[in-house]
Amino acid sequence: MPRTRLAGLLGRVLQVGVGVSAAVALVGGSIYLGHHGTALTEYGEFHGVPQGLDSVHGIVRGALEGRGRWITQLALLILITTPIARVALSAVAFAREGDRAYVAICLFVLSMLLVGLLGGIG
Amino acid sequence: MTVFEVTLLIALGSFAAGLLGALTGLGGGIVIVPMLTLVFHVHLRYAAGAALVSVIATSSGAGAAYVREGYTNIRLAMFLEIATVLGALAGAYAAAFIPPRALAVAFAAVLLHAAYRSLRPHADRPTMAAPHPWASRLRLNGGEPTPEGGSRAYTVQSVPLGFAIMSVAGAISGLLGIGSGALKVLALDQAMRLPYKVSAATSNFMIGVTAAASAGIYIRRGYVDPGLAFPVMIGVLLGALVGARLLAAAPTRHLRTLFTIVIVVLAIEMVARAVRGEF
Repeated sequence: MPRTRLAGLLGRVLQVGVGVSAAVALVGGSIYLGHHGTALTEYGEFHGVPQGLDSVHGIVRGALEGRGRWITQLALLILITTPIARVALSAVAFAREGDRAYVAICLFVLSMLLVGLLGGIG
Repeated sequence: MTVFEVTLLIALGSFAAGLLGALTGLGGGIVIVPMLTLVFHVHLRYAAGAALVSVIATSSGAGAAYVREGYTNIRLAMFLEIATVLGALAGAYAAAFIPPRALAVAFAAVLLHAAYRSLRPHADRPTMAAPHPWASRLRLNGGEPTPEGGSRAYTVQSVPLGFAIMSVAGAISGLLGIGSGALKVLALDQAMRLPYKVSAATSNFMIGVTAAASAGIYIRRGYVDPGLAFPVMIGVLLGALVGARLLAAAPTRHLRTLFTIVIVVLAIEMVARAVRGEF
């Protein structure tokens, strides 16, 4: 396996993922502050988040409508996918080496991450 | 205070946390929850959601550099992630059923452990002793890049103990919304006897993956409020980036002492507020 090339790709995926996430978060955050910047904060009591901010489906839909908090939440989703991409790329690297045991381990970890992200638990 | 003022102050505080975390090697995530709850009176559950997101940001942000340097033991990270990810899912699931007061006390214990670890002299004791049998079977032993461009071999010890500590680290990460970096490094360089840089790089990789496991559950439970999480994430990320640049010139030993004192004070205050029933 061209180890250095894959490492280079992985490094770029992480850098781009974090950069894109931060940029999208700034856009969403600015829209949110523009609309709600002068409101008072309500973080002292726990009452969850507005509907739609708590599912991948709802977040994507709200973001496409251009709503600030939903765009910001989408940025956080992008951020969460960066370590997941890292595990997926590691699976590819092990597959190229013909290392089946570690492909299986990577895929198990990957499936648990997707369970956490997409539901099933919680 | 208005949303705008709070956002700005939280971004500044998070910047300072990220900066100190990078300069001292202790990670900034650990002071985010106490800062948000004690200073800004944010509910513990929202604070944990915002902190967890910032942990992923710093892990992936630093990850790019670590990957290029080649210290990360990816086999070992993947194998141990079975433990941390299952632990994190269990911890994040359980978090909803544990009263915030109890979580705050647990958090104080984690802070004190991190402070204790940071005061101990740094022990780098890689070994070429015969590896643990599992380490050979799972091909976990590796080589560390040397400055001359070669590779220095190391062996991995105490695999079952390391795996057990990692399950606990994962559960704490899921329960409290932190990276559990101190516990991960404990497993890697004290129990499994990896060289320091290998354990730092491998732990950085694992922290992001572990946090990602809980993050989905946190989002679906409504712990991640984007209005709160974005100044934390941006602040910590910028702080960590600036910190990495300043690392060579900064008085890291004094900063480490200072940061350790801050952590101990925060731990005491968390317990005091929990006793007064303020969580």
